[in-house]
Parts: sequence; C-alpha cells; structure tokens
Amino acid sequence: MLMLINLRSSIHNCAFVTVLVFTTVVALGACGAGLLGALTGLGGGVVIVPLLVGLLGVDIHYAMGASLVSVIATSSGAAAAYVREGYSNVRLGMLLEVGTTIGALCGATLAAHVPASGLAIVFGCVLLYSAYLSRPHPMSDVHPTKPDRIARALQLDSTFPTPAGPVAYHVARVPAGFALMYGAGVLSGLLGIGSGAVKVLALDRAMQLPFKVSTTTSNFMIGVTAAASAGVYLHRGFIDPALAMPVVLGVLLGSTIGARVLAKAKTARLRTLFAFVIVALAIEMLYNGFTGRVGG
Amino acid sequence: MQVAERDHEAFEVLLGHVLRAGVVLAAIVVAAGGAIFLARHAGESPAYSTFRGEPGDLRSIAGIVSEARTLSGRGVIQLGLLLLIATPIARVFFALVGFGREKNWMYVGISAIVLALLAYSLAGG
Repeated sequence: MLMLINLRSSIHNCAFVTVLVFTTVVALGACGAGLLGALTGLGGGVVIVPLLVGLLGVDIHYAMGASLVSVIATSSGAAAAYVREGYSNVRLGMLLEVGTTIGALCGATLAAHVPASGLAIVFGCVLLYSAYLSRPHPMSDVHPTKPDRIARALQLDSTFPTPAGPVAYHVARVPAGFALMYGAGVLSGLLGIGSGAVKVLALDRAMQLPFKVSTTTSNFMIGVTAAASAGVYLHRGFIDPALAMPVVLGVLLGSTIGARVLAKAKTARLRTLFAFVIVALAIEMLYNGFTGRVGG
Repeated sequence: MQVAERDHEAFEVLLGHVLRAGVVLAAIVVAAGGAIFLARHAGESPAYSTFRGEPGDLRSIAGIVSEARTLSGRGVIQLGLLLLIATPIARVFFALVGFGREKNWMYVGISAIVLALLAYSLAGG
C-alpha cells in the first residue's frame, strides 16, 4: 500500500540541519516562488515541487501535497480581487469544473500508483511545456462573432466590463474546451499543481474567450480543481502538516507582496528570467527521474 | 433586470470577501499550529526524504479534529489546511445558492454535481 522509497537525502545528511533551519529554508524558497509566480502571472506552484525535491531532498509525494495546498491558498486569496473586476464567467467555470474535478480525482488516484521516478519525468515535461507557454506570444485575437449552438443551450455567452459599458462575447468549441479541462484536472491531481497554463489555453485558444475572462475564470477554477485532488492526497497521506506549513505561509506571503508591486514591475524581463528558472528545474527533474534519484 | 444584475454582483463581491476571510483564517490557524510545532520540535532532524505517509490520525477529518483538540502542533496545522481546502468548496456551495436565487435550475444541478465530486474526494475517494 505505502510506497517505501529510498531517496537521496542531501540536506538530511547534514547534522546541522534541524527542523527549524529546514522550515526557514522552505519558507524562504516558497516566498520567492510565490513572489515570482504572482509577478509573472504563471503561478508559483509549478516551481515548489522541483525546489523541494531537487534542492532539499524531499520525497516527491510530500512535495506534491504541500504544493497542492499552496495552490488553493493563492487561488482563493486572489479570487476576491478578481470577482470585484467582474470578468470571470461563473456559469462557464462551474460547467468546466465538472471536467476538472473528475480529471483531478483520476489524476490524484493515479499519483498513488505511479512510481516516483515516473512522476518526476512527467513533471519535467510539464515544466518544459510551461516554459514554452510563458514566452511572449500574441493572445488569440480570433473571437467568434456567431453564437454556438451548445454554448447557447448551456447559457455560456456573457459580457465583460469595459469603460464604455459591458461588451457581449460568445463561447466557441465547448466539447474541446471541456476535454482540455479534463486533461488539466488529471495533470493537477497527478502532480499537485494548479495547471493554470493549460486552463488558460483551453479558455483562450479552444473556446476563444476574451483574455481577461480566460485568466480570471481559470483562477476561479484552479482552487476547486485543487480541492478535489486535496481530498485524495489527504487520505493517501501526501499532506504532511510540518512541511505544508512553511510552504503555504511562504507562498501566501510572496504572492501577496507580488500582487502589491505588480503595477510597478517590469514583467517582460521577469517572465524571461522565470522561464529560465523553469527550464533549469525541468532538466533537473528529468535527470533525477531518469537516473532514479527520486527513488523507485 | 438591472436590479437583479446589481444584486447578483453584490452577492459575488460578498463571496470574494468570504473566500479571502477563509484563507486568512486558515493561514492564522496554520501559523498557530506551526508555532506550537516549532516550539516543541525545532531542534530535531527533519525526515521527509522517505515517503511513509501520514499517520492515520492526520488523514481523516475526524482524526484531524481530535488531534487538533489535543493542541498538537501537527493536528492544528492540519486543521488549518482542512479550512483552506474548504474555502473553494464553500465557493461552489455559495455559487449553487446564487443560481438557486436566480431560479437557474440547470446550473443548480451542475453546481450540485461539482459539490458531490468534491464531497466524494474529501470523504475518502
């Protein structure tokens, strides 16, 4: 039932590392991840796991559990600000959450049966893809002008606020979006991440929503998806309180500071920096996965 | 129509505040548990390199509540994390209530499906 995995324990071999030192280091790392995540809009969750596994020698299951709860914290914390702006499409979000929560339950259940090295390899690939997605690219400016039959039946078309008053928009390709959302849920449950990048991709590219609507609706869904995985993680014993504590508090602090200074920051350069960090972590995860350094 | 729209918006804004309050409350409980934990275990060696899984007491809602009552650091932190997990679930519940107020039964049903999936996961999936 429980996988006993022998891991490289770089930091644990050091006699000076006490729980206090370890907790402080984790909190600082999580704070940095939350700060960068908020500033670049890419979310910090994706770097927490490789940080804990690669640099601190934490087992990947515990790392995923801690990362997942920090994803819930940042998503719910940001929701208040997003709701006020009036962009998120609550009906669309709720409909797609059926797909993401089913996906998350499948992914989280799968995570308990995939060996640690397999998880590390999948994680490395997802990191590389995130770095690829984070490059500056033009947002899709193709927006459907005609209502879609399925979207209309499901009452998905809505409006978003502009200085000149609300502007109506249509939602396209609902089945494709739903399928992508299921995939985003599987990834989220399998790896303990928010998979916001895949969600925005589904909303922006497949369903052709206005970009602001995509990002805010995605944020609304991330917390619910993560909560679906969190139940399974909790029962499988992935969520260790002493490890999750500095991760959650650090990420919350970092992302709060990040949201405050967001207006003044030069985000383009930061995104490039963050992309390099992600690529480096991806290579490390892949290396660890293929050499079996995350165990069995 | 416009009054209904404005009413809906006010409801959404209220929800945003409820969510943020949930996160703040959870963070306070986690921090309090963390303080208890560190006060007792600061000098020990951390052991996360091998996955053993959490003890049974910290895996179920009932177990976590009874652990937290004894004011064990780990139990209190886990209770805070449980509150954190509960916030998006509360969001879905309130959205269901909002759809009910609009008499939008299709979306009351869809919200109920999501809520059922979340409950299934938390109850032991």
